[in-house]
Amino acid sequence: MNWRKWLLISIVVGYMGILIIAPLGAIVFGAFREGAPAVLEALQHPHVLRSFGLTLIICLVVVSIHGIFGTLVAWVLVRHQFVGKALVNRLLDLPFAMSPVIVGFTLIVLFGRNGVLKPLTEALDWQIAFALPGMILATLFVTLPFMVRELMPVLEAFGRKQEEAAATLGASGWQTFRLVTFPALRWAFLYGLGLTCARALGEFGAVLVISGGIQGRTETATVYIFRALDDRQYAGAYSAALLLGAISLVLVLVIDVFHRRSQKSIEQR
Amino acid sequence: MTTQTIERTAPRLPWGRWSIRGAALTYLAVFLVLPLIVVVVDGLGAGVESIVSVVSSPIARHAIWLTIWTGLVMSLINAVMGLLTAFVLVRYEFPGKTLLNAVVDLPFAIPTLVTGVMLVILYGPQAAIGGWLNQQLGWQVIFAPSGIILALLFTSFPFVVRSVQPVLINLDRSSEEAAATLGAPAWQIFWRVTLPALLPALVSGTLLSFARAIGEFGAIVVVAGNIPLRSQTAAVYVYGEIESGSQRDASAMSLVMLAIALGTMSLVDWLSRRREVQA
Repeated sequence: MNWRKWLLISIVVGYMGILIIAPLGAIVFGAFREGAPAVLEALQHPHVLRSFGLTLIICLVVVSIHGIFGTLVAWVLVRHQFVGKALVNRLLDLPFAMSPVIVGFTLIVLFGRNGVLKPLTEALDWQIAFALPGMILATLFVTLPFMVRELMPVLEAFGRKQEEAAATLGASGWQTFRLVTFPALRWAFLYGLGLTCARALGEFGAVLVISGGIQGRTETATVYIFRALDDRQYAGAYSAALLLGAISLVLVLVIDVFHRRSQKSIEQR
Repeated sequence: MTTQTIERTAPRLPWGRWSIRGAALTYLAVFLVLPLIVVVVDGLGAGVESIVSVVSSPIARHAIWLTIWTGLVMSLINAVMGLLTAFVLVRYEFPGKTLLNAVVDLPFAIPTLVTGVMLVILYGPQAAIGGWLNQQLGWQVIFAPSGIILALLFTSFPFVVRSVQPVLINLDRSSEEAAATLGAPAWQIFWRVTLPALLPALVSGTLLSFARAIGEFGAIVVVAGNIPLRSQTAAVYVYGEIESGSQRDASAMSLVMLAIALGTMSLVDWLSRRREVQA
């Protein structure tokens, strides 16, 4: 009996070791092959700094927009009753089936050189494709479901009793939300923001397509890594990949705390 | 009396309710439905014959077939190893179990492009392991289908584990115990009693990982490169066509990919609803 247990455990540990741990070790090893100073130097290249700055800006904008509208959508999908609600609910998984490259392509169709909306954006003098707005739009598309999917179960578990009590006591809709509903949602809200941010940091395909990858101008961290790899600037590519991977990992570890608190608050109800 | 209370607790400002709903639905329409409509309209705009002629070119056909078969191989391995991992994590106690459980989620935390870079460092021809595999076994990973499968295995590892695990935790063990009392060997208990109970979760997790694999780009483009008729998948094909300005080809291939991924996800949806009806 016991040998079977240890055999199965070793198979799983071995598989995960080869599949997941070995590549993680390889990137640390690959980046530090020429020593820590080389990594630091590679990371101080203006293109690297600029690309990480751009990723941060996109991440902040996307997180704020999804933070507001994602909460609104979760609220409407849980608290309102309307025709077609079930359909909307199922459509929420759509970005999951959509390749990031296709998302980027739809933006090219809309805003690219022969884009459908090109006359409009030109008249307004808006630069969307091959510029920051397009990259933000691309990231917004691929990160849409996270916020909504995190908030919906908590809103459902929270129920309406306390909200109704607040309303009976004369609180306005906004007051009820701000003082009663939101405090209950707060951990799930933070977790949703974190997940959205993590996904935004790592977005590549959609942003690559719509940004055009203009060196030092429309490159996000991932697009920079891809280009550096193509140009055989391995030190830059590996160091930036290591940094981006580390940031994502730390972020996910931190928001896991929010996730646990949120789960606990659901269980307590 | 009852109607009166309902009226009183309902929001007093219907316009506020309507504007919130309107804003939420507009936001969803723009960010959820718009890309789908654009792909479908743009793809079908050129006519069905145009799509067929694009997709039946040798390069496009190869890309579709490569995407499907590497996805299927990945799903199969993922189903077996994901099931095994979930089983070990739920049924056995051993030192380091919490850590192992945490490692399962790592692939979701790492950007897929970074995954690609990792695999290139590990298995690239200049790397120790990659060079050894290539010279001793004649097995090439990078710029080859095995690299695609490896990248997909990495990025989709959590799907099956995380869909089977909760079902296994909540599984009532009395049937297994009954089978054991009746003298059934362990593998038979697993095969006849445990597995059937896990099957729906296993199938949906596997299908989800397949749907996801159809569109995977970041990890694959680095690991497999963009070599037509050899290691170019459908997503990389679309990227290449956009770059070279042939939107018609990109849009036809996008439609095919979307049809496969959405078809797979509808299957998952249908299976889970059928289960709900039965239960």
